[in-house]
Amino acid sequence: MSILIDATTPVILQGFTGDKATFHAKEMIAYGTQVVGGVTPGKGGQTHLDRPVFNTVKDAVRATGAEASLAFVPPPYAADALMEAADAGLRLVCIITDGIPSQDMMRVKRYLRRYPKERRTTIVGPNCAGIISAGKAMLGIMPSNIYIRGNVGVVSRSGTLGYEAGAQMKALGIGITTSVGIGGDPINGSSFLDHLMLFEQDPETKVVVMIGEIGGPQESEAAQWVKENMTKPVVGYVAGLTAPKGRRMGHAGAIISAEGDTAAEKAQIMKSYGLMVAPSAAELGSTVAQALAKAGVGP
Amino acid sequence: MDIHEYQAKELLSGFNVAVPPGGVAYSPEQAVYVATELGGWHWAVKAQIHAGGRGKAGGVKLCRTYQEVTTAAKEMLGATLVTHQTGPAGKVVHRLYVEKAEAFVRQLYLGLVLDRKVERIRVIASAEGGMEIEEIARSRPQSIRQELIDPAVGLQSFQARELAFGMGLNIKQVSQAVTTIMGCYRAFRDLDATMVEINPLVVTKDNRVLALDAKMSFDDNAMFRRPKVTEMRDAAEEDPREAQAAEFGLNYVGLSGDIGCIINGAGLAMATMDMIKHAGGEPANFLDVGGGASPERVAAAFNLVLSDRNVKAILVNIFAGINRCDWVAQGVVQAAKNLRVPLVVRLAGTNVDEGRRIVRDCGLPIIQADTLAEAAHKAVAVARGGEVR
Repeated sequence: MSILIDATTPVILQGFTGDKATFHAKEMIAYGTQVVGGVTPGKGGQTHLDRPVFNTVKDAVRATGAEASLAFVPPPYAADALMEAADAGLRLVCIITDGIPSQDMMRVKRYLRRYPKERRTTIVGPNCAGIISAGKAMLGIMPSNIYIRGNVGVVSRSGTLGYEAGAQMKALGIGITTSVGIGGDPINGSSFLDHLMLFEQDPETKVVVMIGEIGGPQESEAAQWVKENMTKPVVGYVAGLTAPKGRRMGHAGAIISAEGDTAAEKAQIMKSYGLMVAPSAAELGSTVAQALAKAGVGP
Repeated sequence: MDIHEYQAKELLSGFNVAVPPGGVAYSPEQAVYVATELGGWHWAVKAQIHAGGRGKAGGVKLCRTYQEVTTAAKEMLGATLVTHQTGPAGKVVHRLYVEKAEAFVRQLYLGLVLDRKVERIRVIASAEGGMEIEEIARSRPQSIRQELIDPAVGLQSFQARELAFGMGLNIKQVSQAVTTIMGCYRAFRDLDATMVEINPLVVTKDNRVLALDAKMSFDDNAMFRRPKVTEMRDAAEEDPREAQAAEFGLNYVGLSGDIGCIINGAGLAMATMDMIKHAGGEPANFLDVGGGASPERVAAAFNLVLSDRNVKAILVNIFAGINRCDWVAQGVVQAAKNLRVPLVVRLAGTNVDEGRRIVRDCGLPIIQADTLAEAAHKAVAVARGGEVR
């Protein structure tokens, strides 16, 4: 098992015919992902990478039965693309785009609530590296060869720090079920908590790693949920110990502006809720190995 | 992005927020001219910097004569103001705002923020103003009223009315306060703000409700559709290195340490800086080269990092996804010629073997590392003048 995507999930790309989308669609196909087509308004009826192009997401869903999409849409049009995907009934949209206005994401999140929970779209991102279910499917831009199939779930704000964790684990022979990048923006489509809940329900996932950073209340909320509801060990890490207050550290969401926003405070909160906190980013892999040992399972 | 008080007032008055009349001045002569144009007998001369706490730091002077206006302007212009928000280095005053001084009987607080937790705009109002909201929350928490705005329908009048009555205003004042609150919300929404703060919002003797101070911050991600706000950018308020970085699509934040950092990805950059600290060193900067680390961008990154004279060593940490390591390595080798400080490079990810070979065979004294921990330890050692191989 894995969460969000597997080898059978039919996937489309929004903004399919652009350079970046084309490059990553090829990578995704090579990895075994069921890419069934894509959407570029105005190019409907054409073929791209031997797959059909549609004008609208609804057309694509109707013709291909797509369940998930990877969106490469520039910031001014991203919110619109997300709402279109939600309205077309996609179960999952992963949005890579960096630079979407916060108020647009706020409106998108509000828009999703028009639909009953059973058919509400899950958004992953924006400003993220995407999702990979090792050995099965990839809905993102990560280098797929740094992951091996295993029993650890990864959820990370940062893309490259998620890669770092994946590579350290691989070096120790530890593999993943699914790795999810939730993105570095202040308002995410889905949160740490959303994915922890999915990992808790996934029988194959034995340990979860949660890689956070400064800014916002998400890590602390998720840690509290872990304490109260989670049966699987969770390894935590928070980047940004050296970040000064009030300065935006690259990610739009990585800024210390309120109490509880610092890396030290979040790490402390994680510890107090019983998470195993990696002392540094270089010890992500070894801390996961300890957690697996503690859980009484091998890699 | 932040703007000055006078700019915030100009924007907000376009949304029916009442502000005292005033004008901007770049010299003592202009300050006096503005005062004569405004008329009256009392003026506030206010230093325009992107930081709060100006009053306590001597950045706001009440003047009764033109002579006092001249003196205040001379004192402030070119002076460095140090407030609790500027950091110890302070900020140099280049502009003044001269405003007609208003006698008031009450000070209130009004603030709007983008609340990440609930993913809504939150309006905060208090019957107590003139001190910081954190201070109000500590000393008079019962005076604070809050409303969350549903993005689907926006702020409703009844919510603004509840806030206005909650501030203890009488019926004459409430309708003006409602206009102000609604105006601040529309400005927030229509200009993609992340923060609007009116502190204090005052009530004058003759029952007028006025924004005596105003602060606005904006969402950088939304500036593509806000040219009018972008025009208000004041380069003098920004760190020149950060502005230069932005031109190359790089994210740079200067710090006080001596190990320069060039990393791809914000999270990995922060984690690498933490790792340097963990190894006993101090990072000189945050620098995210982002995706697509072309040789030009890598060269620009080296220039930026080296423009900080405190830098004694550079650590490059690239986990390549789309950026192939061999491509990044070529950029690094180009930029590393004639380097005045030792360089530690750690490459990982796509095409790592080829990338490492390029660095190894380039003939430059570049120190390579396999892991994050090794890279940090080597960088700390060479910054201290140690030998590492």
